Amino acid sequence: MTGTHEGAGAVTVTAAPGTAPATTEAEPAPHGLGVSLPSADAPAKTQGTFPYAADLWAEGLLWAAILRSPHPRARILSIDTKHAAEMPGVRAVVTHEDVPGDAGHGRGTPDRPVFAKDEVRHHGEPIAAIAADHPDTARLAAAAIAVEYEVLEPVTDPQLAFEAEPLHPDGNLVRHIPLRFGDPEATGEVVVEGLYRIGRQDPAPIGAEAGLAVPRPDGGVEIYTAATDPHTDRDLAAACFGLPQDKVKVVVTGVPGATADREDPGIQLPLGMLALRTGCPVKLAATREESFLSHAHRHPTILRYRHHADAEGTLVKVEAQILMDAGAYADTSADALAAAVSFACGPYVVPHAFVEGWAVRTNNPPAGHLRGEGAMQVCAAYEGQMDKLAAKLGLDPAELRLRNAMATGDILPTSQTVTCPAPVAELLQAVKDAPLPDLPKDAPQEEWLLPGGPEGAGDPSAVRRGVGYGIGMVHMLGAEGADEVSTATVKVSGSVATVICAAVETGSGFSTLARQIVQETLGVEEVHVAAVDTDQPPAGAACHSRHTWVSGGAVERAAKMVRTQLLQPLAHKFGMSTELLQIADGKITSYDGVLSTTVAEALDGKELWATAQCRPHPTEPLDDTGQGDAFVGLAFCAIRCVADVDIELGTIRVVELSVAQDVGRVLNPAQLRARIEAGVTQGLGAALMENLRTTRGLVRHPDLTGYPLPTSLDAPDIRIVKLIEERDVVAPFGAKPVSAAPVVAAPAAVASAVRAATGRPIGRLPIRPQAAALTPLS
Amino acid sequence: MTLPASLDEAVAALAAMPAAVPVAGGTDLMAAVNSGLLRPAALVGLNRISEIRGWQYQDGHALLGAGLTLARMGRPDFAALIPGLAAAARAAGPPQIRNAGTLGGNIVTAAPTGDTLPVLAALEATVIIAGPGGARREVPVSHLLAGMEMLRPGEIVGFVRVPLLHAPQTFLKATGRTGPGRAAASVALVLDPARRGVRCAVGAVAMMPLRPLEAEQWVASLIDWDNDRGLAPEALTAFGDYVAAACIPDPAPPEDGTEAATLPPAALHLRRTVAALARRALGRALS
Repeated sequence: MTGTHEGAGAVTVTAAPGTAPATTEAEPAPHGLGVSLPSADAPAKTQGTFPYAADLWAEGLLWAAILRSPHPRARILSIDTKHAAEMPGVRAVVTHEDVPGDAGHGRGTPDRPVFAKDEVRHHGEPIAAIAADHPDTARLAAAAIAVEYEVLEPVTDPQLAFEAEPLHPDGNLVRHIPLRFGDPEATGEVVVEGLYRIGRQDPAPIGAEAGLAVPRPDGGVEIYTAATDPHTDRDLAAACFGLPQDKVKVVVTGVPGATADREDPGIQLPLGMLALRTGCPVKLAATREESFLSHAHRHPTILRYRHHADAEGTLVKVEAQILMDAGAYADTSADALAAAVSFACGPYVVPHAFVEGWAVRTNNPPAGHLRGEGAMQVCAAYEGQMDKLAAKLGLDPAELRLRNAMATGDILPTSQTVTCPAPVAELLQAVKDAPLPDLPKDAPQEEWLLPGGPEGAGDPSAVRRGVGYGIGMVHMLGAEGADEVSTATVKVSGSVATVICAAVETGSGFSTLARQIVQETLGVEEVHVAAVDTDQPPAGAACHSRHTWVSGGAVERAAKMVRTQLLQPLAHKFGMSTELLQIADGKITSYDGVLSTTVAEALDGKELWATAQCRPHPTEPLDDTGQGDAFVGLAFCAIRCVADVDIELGTIRVVELSVAQDVGRVLNPAQLRARIEAGVTQGLGAALMENLRTTRGLVRHPDLTGYPLPTSLDAPDIRIVKLIEERDVVAPFGAKPVSAAPVVAAPAAVASAVRAATGRPIGRLPIRPQAAALTPLS
Repeated sequence: MTLPASLDEAVAALAAMPAAVPVAGGTDLMAAVNSGLLRPAALVGLNRISEIRGWQYQDGHALLGAGLTLARMGRPDFAALIPGLAAAARAAGPPQIRNAGTLGGNIVTAAPTGDTLPVLAALEATVIIAGPGGARREVPVSHLLAGMEMLRPGEIVGFVRVPLLHAPQTFLKATGRTGPGRAAASVALVLDPARRGVRCAVGAVAMMPLRPLEAEQWVASLIDWDNDRGLAPEALTAFGDYVAAACIPDPAPPEDGTEAATLPPAALHLRRTVAALARRALGRALS
């Protein structure tokens, strides 16, 4: 196994100490931490050969279809599956009657039925599922199921949910947090008030949900799908199937885009039930419409704010009411509300804060986890307030923000002290000082893209330019006492290392990072990351930068354990401690260069394994006045937006977004840049166009024509002007999350720029043209 | 799926299979098929019919093949001929759509947001329809869009006849975004110096393009056709408001004499958008 190397089996002692190994190849492949190692699956993805769940196939598979509710709220009087079951080609029909185990499931709160029983609570709720030998047959059979409804008046305004009759046995209030911090009687000389409304952003993954369930001979079932939280999904599925957990296995396939929870039990449970019922593999590839109807969205939120400040612009008190529309089921709304309430004042020092937050049930589509949930909604509001305050005081908006910026050692309104690096003022200063893009009059020879696009109606004489700022903050990992733990195994055999960890690669770059960590620690070039399934120990959901921190930490520990195993015999032989040996480029050298051997030789044909866990320090839940050390760490991002607005048509073109971010430590520069650009663009979508519209609870355009996403023409120049690398000492690499913070800050920055260009209040996201247009009267 | 090589073969294929659906670019049809709204028993592909893929001159008119793609119409040689139609074709969605979508498809789909439709209405274009047995009939585009005349079973849109006006034409489209998007409102405006006319059509605000005839006549009477055609900014603004009020009128006052309802804010914004588009379109055509 090690024989491919010349001089195998002997430790060579070099004559000249200190000389570096003479492997000066033309261009050594990048490896280790801090370099732009390309993703291992990038070639397959760009060539279209990377297998996603929708590409899976099994011999004799059946196709599933799900019957979904056409009403946002209705009582189910009867479900008649007789005709559907008798159709040729149909193999099984399942409804709520066929759920063998728990009837309810859900992340956080198990309040969601697998199939609606007595009542449907949102448009698109699953009622029955069919397995048939052709997808068209399955769909036709689903349409042939006769459901008798008594249509009820839906509750779609979250403000009416408090008084409305209970929409769910658990009531309409999912969570209420009355945060109280400081003196309620405190007042400032200057007071500004504002009302903000944030729309329903959809994760709109590039690949719709899909899965394949395969029954096992032992009575269990394996579900192949792009789950982002496979162990939670496995536990929910086992409970609903009435099976022990070891009889259900979730195997994670290629993930086609995930900024939210993917492939939730709404897909996995019907598939598993149909596979168990028929004894055949069953596949489902959701249509785009089903995808929009089934997965969780961002919480539409109504925010009322009152900011008090003194005459110099120092914040005195913030009062806020935050109402989040959780939709029909709780999902992770309690966590989103905690983030919204905790970050309601933003990265600013506020001595007195009184924030009431509610998450309520309605008959709207369910909301859940989506990058920066809770934090993004409040960021748009508190930055709107800062703009109003600056206008009232006659101050520069950036100057006002600088005066109030939070730093390490300041206290959050939850009474938690900010112990991690919090370079808020430096970030803002960096984007403020970045040069502004040219105005058309500075470069008249160039062709200018006006609001409305290349063939649009933009008229230079009606275009006004505005500059605005947004500073976002997000928390890392789960909050409020969530047990964060990940387990990783590292194996070295020959010149190849393998990482086994149930952290799902969603596009966040974890598998690349895991390779870099092992390369750095063990000096092995070739590192493979094993596919994820639930036979491996859990690693938690792929969100809140969990895997960079927790799973990355576990991988590093395991790799270090392997390193010790590898070096111990050598160190013993030469009478030195393992710390004096170093590994680089597959070679082991001693500090003085006397000893030099290769990793492969030191292994001597053995396989080394080590498994380690990483568990960050615990947090505590917020108490009944919203106080507590609820977060492991925080990350910040400042964005300056330059936007052109056609003030007659209200069309907006974002010219440039400048980003400065607190990243802790850059582990992979190219990947980091890509993640920030993607986050900024998702934030841009939330600011300008993304809103899944409903009319009385019915989703109006569940397709990508009616739900526009930013294209390359919509995306502005994204300039990363500064990355602050101040290591967070408690994080394994000092690295902070990068994806969520730009999503949080970008919408606020865009709204701020449009405010500056038009002078209009801009309280609603996405910004509608009529809100950005100046009328002769206004 | 059959792929006839001529218009008459296509008509014959439709006659042979009455359940078949003709398909050209498929940008609307295939979306309907994919979403399960339409399951055609058979398709008659029109992309091999070379006679409708180009254009020719015919006594002061251009005879445009219905199979002309939007991408082809957006090119400079076509733009020199019928600049308004070229501008609309360039604005009609992303390149993938423009490479496949056709002029005839735009007319037959008759979507309210169809970008070429207001230009065809302003140009007073006519459609030449091929029927069984080599029959041809000519129908104004606006009649077809208004439903005053319909395509009969077995008929195919073959050509579009457009007058060559040798004068400025504009097409302006308002969308909520910088990238390709559906029109919130669009205005097509053509000058006809020979007849001393201004013709204008507003798209996307109603089921079919609307022609503000009174506003057209009023503004045509203001223009000094023999010299510099420029108008004062106030006249351009008045034209814009005239067009907008004609296309998005105030609600009629109730008969019982109570106060008339006002337009909702979204409709008011749409009206202001149309006014700005019409003002800009006329200003650009006259400058």
